[in-house]
This record gives sequence, C-alpha cells and structure tokens, in this order.
Amino acid sequence: MGSAVPEIDFQRQKKVAGALRAFLPERSVLWQEEDTRPYECDGLTAYRRVPMVVALPESEEQVQRVLKTCNALGVPVVPRGAGTGLSGGALPSGEGVLLSLAKFMRVLRIDPVARIVVVQPGVRNAAISDVAAPFGLYYAPDPSSQIACTIGGNVAENSGGVHCLKYGLTVHNVLRVRGCTIEGEPVDFGSEALDSPGYDLLALAIGSEGLLAVTTEVTVKLLPKPETARVVMASFDDVEKAGDAVAAVIAAGIIPAGLEMMDKPATAAVEQFVHAGYDLEAAAILLCESDGGTAEVEEEIARVEEIFTRAGATRLTVSRNEAERLRFWSGRKAAFPAVGRISPDYYCMDGTIPRKRLGEMLNFIAAMEKKYGLRCPNVFHAGDGNLHPLILFDANDPEQLKRTEAFAGEVLEKCVALGGTITGEHGVGVEKIDQMCAQFGAAELRMFHAVKAAFDPKGLLNPGKAVPALTRCAEFGRMHVKAGKLPHASLPRF
Amino acid sequence: MSLEPLQEQIREAASRGAALRIRGGGTKDFYGNEPRGELLDTRVHAGVVDYEPTELVITARCGTLLSELEKILLEQQQFLPFEPPGFGPTATLGGCVAAGLSGPRRASAGALRDFVLGSKILDGRGEVLSFGGQVMKNVAGYDVSRLLAGSLGTLGVILEVSLKVLPRPPAELTLKLEMPEGKALESMNRWAGQPLPVSATAWHDGELAVRLSGAESGIRAAADKIGGEKMAPGQAEQFWGGIREQTDPFFAGAGPLWRLSLPSHAPRLELPGAQLIEWGGALRWLKTNADVETLRVAAARLGGHAALFRSAQKTAQAFAPLPKVLARLHRELKSAFDPAGILNPGRLYAEF
Repeated sequence: MGSAVPEIDFQRQKKVAGALRAFLPERSVLWQEEDTRPYECDGLTAYRRVPMVVALPESEEQVQRVLKTCNALGVPVVPRGAGTGLSGGALPSGEGVLLSLAKFMRVLRIDPVARIVVVQPGVRNAAISDVAAPFGLYYAPDPSSQIACTIGGNVAENSGGVHCLKYGLTVHNVLRVRGCTIEGEPVDFGSEALDSPGYDLLALAIGSEGLLAVTTEVTVKLLPKPETARVVMASFDDVEKAGDAVAAVIAAGIIPAGLEMMDKPATAAVEQFVHAGYDLEAAAILLCESDGGTAEVEEEIARVEEIFTRAGATRLTVSRNEAERLRFWSGRKAAFPAVGRISPDYYCMDGTIPRKRLGEMLNFIAAMEKKYGLRCPNVFHAGDGNLHPLILFDANDPEQLKRTEAFAGEVLEKCVALGGTITGEHGVGVEKIDQMCAQFGAAELRMFHAVKAAFDPKGLLNPGKAVPALTRCAEFGRMHVKAGKLPHASLPRF
Repeated sequence: MSLEPLQEQIREAASRGAALRIRGGGTKDFYGNEPRGELLDTRVHAGVVDYEPTELVITARCGTLLSELEKILLEQQQFLPFEPPGFGPTATLGGCVAAGLSGPRRASAGALRDFVLGSKILDGRGEVLSFGGQVMKNVAGYDVSRLLAGSLGTLGVILEVSLKVLPRPPAELTLKLEMPEGKALESMNRWAGQPLPVSATAWHDGELAVRLSGAESGIRAAADKIGGEKMAPGQAEQFWGGIREQTDPFFAGAGPLWRLSLPSHAPRLELPGAQLIEWGGALRWLKTNADVETLRVAAARLGGHAALFRSAQKTAQAFAPLPKVLARLHRELKSAFDPAGILNPGRLYAEF
C-alpha cells in the first residue's frame, strides 16, 4: 500500500522535470504536490502513491520524446488513461513519470465502408459507439465503466463487458495498435488488414497492462447494430438449478448476447436500490439477452423460455420493449453501488471458473461465509464464467479486514484449483500480483519477464505491475472499496 | 503421457545448436520458408484431453488429427468457427495452430488466434510452459497462447491447445451472383456493414458466392435482400470445402500462388494474373508470375502484405519483410523462447 506522504527525491525531480520542460510547455509538466496528488491512484484507491513528475504530452512526437528522455535518464514510466482501472495498473511510481494520455482525445478517422474508427488512446469507449451510431455501427466491447474508461486503457487491460461471449473482448475487436517503445520508437502492431506478417504482436500487446509499449493510436473494428434485443428474466429456487440452466442454453446451441446471474443477497441489495421488480424469493436470477433480426430474436427467446422452464424456473418474464429491457438490466448493472449501500465496505473479486463448477464455487463461498462470519453476495457473468463475489465488511474493524482478506484469498485460490483464473477482466496490476504466483509457475513467470525484456530491456515501463518478481510470493490482494465508495462513484460497475 | 523423449531431443539439439524441424502430418510443408533440420515428430503426442460441450472449450494434444477433432465436435453439433484448412487428411492440431491459417468464415467469425484460450509448449530449452487456460475471460499474464498462432513453430513445440468452440449454425444457404470485381468488392463491404448473417464470400471470374449462416428466419430475410441464385446444399458444402482446402479448380496448377491480405475495402488490384477474393475483400489469392517486389510494394501501398503461399520454386522469402523495430522485437522474442535458435529456424524469416 502506498504512503500518504510523498517521498520524493527533489534533485532527481528537478532534473527530470527540467529535461521534459525542454520540449513540453509548462502546463504539460506537473511536479508540485498539489498538481501531482490527483494522479496518486486509479480505480483501486487502496493503493496510493504520488508520482515524482506528471507529463501530459499532446502529440505522438512528444510521447516519443518523453519516453526517450526517461529511457536515457533511467526513469520509470507509468502510462495512464482515464484512471478507472480496478487493479492499480496506473499506480504511479514515486521515482517515476506518470505519463497521462488524457490529451489524446481525438477521433482521427471514421470509415463506415471499411467499418473502422481510428482513435487516439484517450477517447472514451462509449464515445466510439457514439460516433459510429449514425452509420448503424457500434464498437462491441462494453466494459461497465464505458462512459468514462478510454480505449487506451481497454487495450492495456483487454477489457470485456457483458456481451463478451458472443462478441469477444478487446483483442477480438481491435485491428491495430500504434505505440511507442520505451526507446521512443513508433511501432504498429496489426493493420487494417485482418492479419500481419510475423508474430501476432497485436495479440501480445493487448492486455499487456502498459508493460510493453505506450499506446498512441488505436484502430477498432465496428459491427452493424443488431435490429433488436430482448431479455428473459428467470427466477430459480436453487443456484445449482440456475447454473444447470445456463449450461442447458449453451447445450441447445444458443450463444446469447448476454447471460448474467445474481444470487439472492445480491438481488435483495439491488432491488432496494433500483426497484426493478426483481423476484426477492428467488435463490438466483438469470438474465438472458438475445439480439439479431426480429424474427430470429423471437425464435431464440421462445427457445430460452422453454429451456428455463424445463430447468425448473419458478418465474419467467420477457422484456416487451426497450424500456423494460433496460429496467431488467438496471439492477444487474448497479450491483456494485447497490452493495456499497448495504455495507460500510466490500471487496470485489474477479475470478473466472469453468461454468460447470459454478455450483461447487457457490457452495464453497457459502461455506466461507460461515467460516469467516462475513456475508458475500454474488454477481456473475454466467455466460463466460466470470464471477464477482463481493465480501461485505467494515474496514474500521481491523479484525474483520483480516478475515476478509483470508476469505478472498481462499476464493481466488479456489478459482485456480477449479481450472480458472484469478482475473477475468480487471487485470493483475498491483492488486493481484501475488496471486500470479498461484496461477503460474516459476518457468512461466521467467518467460513473462523475458517477453517484457524483449520490448523493454531496462524494465522502465510500468515496473512492478502484472508480473511478480520471482522472489515475491506472499499473501493475496484484492480490491478494497472504502466506505462503499468507488472512485468515479457514479459509474456503473458490473 | 511422457514428454521426456521430446524434451530430451530438444535439450540434446540445443546443446549442439542443431536445427529441429517440427512436423506433424506434414500437410503444410509447403508453407513458409523451406523447412530444415532434424525431424521432431509431434504425432507421438496425441489425443483429446478434455471436451465439455457446454463449456464451449476443447483441449487436445498437438498430434491429434484435425479431422478427428472436427468429428468429435460434430457429434455435439459444434465446430471450429475459423474453419482451418487442413490441406490433407493427416493435418494435426499442432500444425494447424502453428500455421495460424483460417478459412472462409474468418471475416465474420474471427481467426484461429481469436479462439485460442490456452496452450502448453516446450520451449527451446525443453522446458514445459503453460499459458492462458480453459476459460473465455482470462487476463492473467501476457497472452502468449495467441502469440503462438502463426508462429510456425519458431517459439516452441506446441504440445497442447485449448480452443473455444461454438455451436454449428442451425441453417446455411449459399447464393451465387453474377458480378464484376469492383461491384463485388463494393457489395461485400456494404453487406458487412449491415446486420446480415453473411458467413463467407468468394469471388472469382465474375461470380460471387455468398454464404449465410444462422437462424432459418434470419437467412430467409437476408437472402431476399441479397438476391441471386440459391445453391443446392450439397453443392454449396463442396464449393466451400474447395475454397477452404484449396481443392477448388482455381487453385490447381504449379505456378506461384500469392496470398494478399488487405483492408477489405482496398480497390481492385492492378496486377496481372488470375484472382480469387475471400473474406469480404480482405483476402485476395493471386496466381501470378509478377515479381516479388511488385507484389510486396502493391500490397503495402494498399495497407496490407503479400505472402508467397505456394510455389514449386521458393523464389522469394515467404513473408513480407518486417519494419526495423518489429524485426528487432521478433528477434528478441525468438531468443527469449529459443535461445539456441534450434526450433524451425528460418521457417518464418531467414534471420531467425
């Protein structure tokens, strides 16, 4: 955890800021604490550190020069987009430069025939779909923070959303990433063609958490907007039955546009918050969305209803119009803030497990609730096995905090044991760096370091994130939400 | 299944600095630069490890026959959506991933690399490494598994792969339309921007084939919109099989076959030779004797790249040369995975 009082080497600070000022205007180099303090954390507020210097370049050439300068001086560089990340990927270095891409806000080109948009990294995810909308097109990945998070950050984290199962993650929807190496050289990964010669460095760059290159431009693929979308909301009196219903949908050859689950405690929390008319008696609620042509959607919805009925659904409702569809989703999308209202604090986890192990996992979590004497509502991207258990606790009670950490540690270990992963979509950052030791062996970690060194031999780009040093394997960390308040509290989180 | 013999072979070759030619069924020996070195046969490591249809994931060993894998999936009404070409009945999963090639459905469903979820490899030190996993969403660690797709065995011996699979579309219909090249390119790009279930396109010699896949109702509506003549189902299956496996008459002959991967909206090529267009305009096969420079320059100018796909004589490097920074990154990655430079050296690029 970061210290509140910055420990800055002032001589070094002066030297680095001075070197950057040689080509950046005064307003683009911040070093006084009152200016640098706002950058001390991203969406993971439990970790804070004031950066030594903040650089706010506004052209690719300036980014190149910032990187060249830092590389020459041996100064660590932490790239940052909107700072909405949940794993501390943009936590500054106290001896380094925080490289903000916030000024890269331009949409450079939209080509509706080619179905692409070329944007600067600071363009918000939702803004891409906004510019594409007049052409009947949209950008598919929709992380819950999409109104604020930027495409540069999405590339760094390989962001998902609720429509991943059908439409894929960032890696499936980006054609080209232009970046700068730590040596300040521009480089293009991918192109507007569907493949490139040589290794697929585009796939490697996406999700690399800013450790390999700094993104300066992104070309994304647009999809035609489906004609219509409807959602089925189903209640089950048993979570295992709901889990089986999810498997039955897939087994029937249906890939829904979205398939989400909430357990009873989560439903209770969100109903209080949004009053969407959820079934409070249900042990689990499933939301299953179908999109496409009108006839096709009708057909699919009918099949889903039949499958849910056969799987033992106790109540079924189908959205009749767009307003109703959005209302059904409202609670699911407001799950995090809703839970924040019923507890002083909560820990959010982000494990993924094979879907078939869901029942086992939920039973395990129930046992952990008893063992640790803490409540843990669950929301779940059921379609792709991504779980967000939310452990409720009071951080003012140090003993509770300790129990929560142990609880979360056991759950994440269980994810790995069940054949899953410690992070489905939030990234490793600083938060789960220790858990990487549970997920990977020394040989794999060594290879990750070698991959990093291929791009960044001095290890200056976002050091200390994503891949733990081999010597470091300690306790597990997780997202800590202080007093139910996420930074950017108005953002939906799911 | 013991990996010791394979590990031993790698360690021993590494100690001598001797090149290893990693090979499964040998159906893609023609692809890339000339294979060289002592044979490392991946077929000893075969079999499906895990397949749970409702998880939409299959995990199998490298030596597993592609045909066997597809048969197992078909029994559950599932398939590999990227329609990888086998180029022969002995094609293996390992070779399929190493070559990284995708078939007719690529433009709509995604490429092979899009479906790779996890992998187990032997690196150039003979060490077993596992990356990714068997779940759809996984952002722990660099995505090395996707990096292996198309690496032609130069980064490691691919031992095991987990692939995302999908349900087969309930219905398919192929339409044939008479159309000159320019109009075909324009139409394919326009359709791709509309919510139509187009799953494959192929244009050759004034005739455009369009395959629709999905729900019966959606296909009917789309067919009305697109028009053209409906192909009989058996005939359509054979046609797309011929495009995927390159048994279509277009691909016959011993002359050089070039593969131009371009932005789908790139204009028609001003190059000599017979042409077949796939992927909504993004893939253009060219049978031509034009010289390598002309083709590479033309492809680059259009925003793509040209590869010498098949040729009786390897008259040129198979793949377009890389810009300086990318070339350096390639060399560095290669030496991270294979410090002795023994795994399929030269197969992708002469320098490594």
